[in-house]
Amino acid sequence: MIRLLSLIRLFALLRKEAIQMRRDKLTFGMMLGLPLVQLMLFGFAINTDPKALPAALVAPTEDRFTRAMVSALELTGYYRFTYPNASTAEAEALIARGAVSFVVTVPSDFGRRVERGDHPQILIEADATDPSVASGAVSTLSTVATQALQRETGTTPTPEAEAAQLSVIVHKRYNPEGITQYNIVPGLLGVILQLTMVMMTSMALTRETERGTMENLLSMPATPLEIMLGKVLPYLCVGAVQVAVVLAAAKAIFGVPFVGALWLILLGVLVFVLALVILGYLISTLSRTQMQAMQLTFFFFLPSLLLSGFMFPYRGMPAWAQALGEVFPLTHFLRLIRGVMLKGAGPADVAGPLWALALFVVVLSGAALLRFRRTLD
Amino acid sequence: MTAPAIEVRGLTKSFGGRRVVDDVTLNVARGEIAGFLGPNGSGKTTTIRLMCGLLTPDAGAGRVLGHDIRREGRAIKREVGYMTQRFSFYEDLTIEENLRFVAGLYDLRPARAVVRDTLADLGLTSRRDQLAGSLSGGWKQRLALAACLMHKPKLLLLDEPTAGVDPKARREFWDEIHARAGDGLTVLVSTHYMDEAERCHRINYIAYGRLVARGSVTEVVRDAGLTTLMMQGAAVHAAAKRLTGMPGVEQVAPFGNTLHVVGSDAALLQRSASAVAQETGCTLSPAETSLEDVFIRLMSQSQDNMS
Ligand SMILES: Nc1ncnc2c1ncn2[C@@H]1O[C@H](COP(=O)(O)OP(=O)(O)O)[C@@H](O)[C@H]1O
Ligand SMILES: [Mg+2]
Repeated sequence: MIRLLSLIRLFALLRKEAIQMRRDKLTFGMMLGLPLVQLMLFGFAINTDPKALPAALVAPTEDRFTRAMVSALELTGYYRFTYPNASTAEAEALIARGAVSFVVTVPSDFGRRVERGDHPQILIEADATDPSVASGAVSTLSTVATQALQRETGTTPTPEAEAAQLSVIVHKRYNPEGITQYNIVPGLLGVILQLTMVMMTSMALTRETERGTMENLLSMPATPLEIMLGKVLPYLCVGAVQVAVVLAAAKAIFGVPFVGALWLILLGVLVFVLALVILGYLISTLSRTQMQAMQLTFFFFLPSLLLSGFMFPYRGMPAWAQALGEVFPLTHFLRLIRGVMLKGAGPADVAGPLWALALFVVVLSGAALLRFRRTLD
Repeated sequence: MTAPAIEVRGLTKSFGGRRVVDDVTLNVARGEIAGFLGPNGSGKTTTIRLMCGLLTPDAGAGRVLGHDIRREGRAIKREVGYMTQRFSFYEDLTIEENLRFVAGLYDLRPARAVVRDTLADLGLTSRRDQLAGSLSGGWKQRLALAACLMHKPKLLLLDEPTAGVDPKARREFWDEIHARAGDGLTVLVSTHYMDEAERCHRINYIAYGRLVARGSVTEVVRDAGLTTLMMQGAAVHAAAKRLTGMPGVEQVAPFGNTLHVVGSDAALLQRSASAVAQETGCTLSPAETSLEDVFIRLMSQSQDNMS
């Protein structure tokens, strides 16, 4: 009787796969290079705390208080006044066009109000179509503005008085929901893993089919489970290497805080990568050529990017889109990793996403085993 | 041990509505070297795949080494060595690594020793560290043969094993096959080389998915009922032109300076050929019908049946 799983046969498959990986420069490059390049590219390109953003200034009266405000804002490094003398209408057009990210309006009575101590106001309009634009620039604002005025008026008000003295009104326009700063790098870990893992594994079987080695493999006594594990386990190791690379880079280069427990992060990543590898394997049982596998991977990849909460805030999506987002492992992984890494969530807090990911593993492996063709029909 | 190596009946397989294997019945006795012949695309590979459980037949049934081909594919795989038509080992693995892989899949123990013996047995030891992808046709074939012999199968299914292999390597390959058959191994080998057909104990000829002739070479030639005449002389070229299309003349094939004229109606053939021989001043003599003549006849016959 042939057992479903023989360790000798599994070991033979693993060993073969390991030798092939070692000799295949492309896989090796993809394994280490791709995550690093992507992390660098996206990590720096998708800057959550952008500086020197173009801004328009609408300041009808040029008094010393206004000048002090403007230079204080420029000193924060966030604002670069590319249009220092805009009219209200011009400014409106500039921000609508995307030529500036901010419009700072200092009302004509600003100086008078400061002198009278009568609730001076300035208005900052932020283009929040890209929500991350506004966050850093806006968060430093109140302090900066108040300090600037203190220097000008020569007073040192108490915190309460300070609040009464100046109000900065911030309008985040076009998208009221901002996202927090470090969201992007943990999310990027998920996206990078998803792309490389699913793509590499989805080729696993189709490559054998294309090269003709599948016929040989099928004519020898290996069971579907062994063949699946023989592909899944090596790629799981590849995933582990990638995780180490990306996490180390996240810490060293981007200074992303690891608030939560490392073991919980690693556990989450492990289950997630397992789900991805098995998903890739499932795709490779569904495709006849590597091209098809690639197409299926992207067919899956794009919606998951859009609906998982990586690109757009999950809670900002309509209910049906949120429901659709639930079918992607990435969605659950993002909840888990952001929760643990940034908010220090404990095992109980992330049990939901963790179970969801485990469910993916079970369902996907079941589907892959059912789909596996034992014959060439 | 008494069950024949192969006994399949009425095997049928269609791809996209086209019958690629049509009602094939095949019997191969133990210890026999059975040739499986037919032109390209006639269904040899498909039939072999049906027999080793790699394809499911649409109709028909049978046993290979006593195991049902529909239900006992697993058992068949353990006892059969199948050498695919296209080289299907890992080109990025060395000879030895490929064999280690196969030894592991068949759970052969001790793997290292089995591989070492197989390497020595097939003269591969000196090249064991060479990547399979960098081997020439003959060495690839030898590796493939080694891999499917390693688990000591009772039946070898070889699908065009000598395609793209030089004559010396072919000769050695056949010597190897005969030696194994002498030890009791059954071999089914597909080929379209005539000289290889003559090295088989029995041959099965398949055309357009149908098995149209079987038996020993002499039987197949005799059963075809063909008469062959040989024409010699200076004007064989002119004679060939004249003969084509004459009554009773079915094939005209030049062999060097001679001409083979083949037909199934001996009297009619004799009459046409004599007339042309006189006309052109060639000499006419009776000749042996070759297997090739028979196969060409079988092929055109089944083509007529198809249309
Ligand atoms: N998997 C398949 N799908 C569709 N057609 C196939 C498949 N395998 C073989 N065929 C077709 O079946 C016919 C017989 O092929 P094959 O058995 O390989 O012939 P042979 O080995 O005698 O050259 C060919 O015309 C081939 O194109
Ligand atoms: Mg073939």
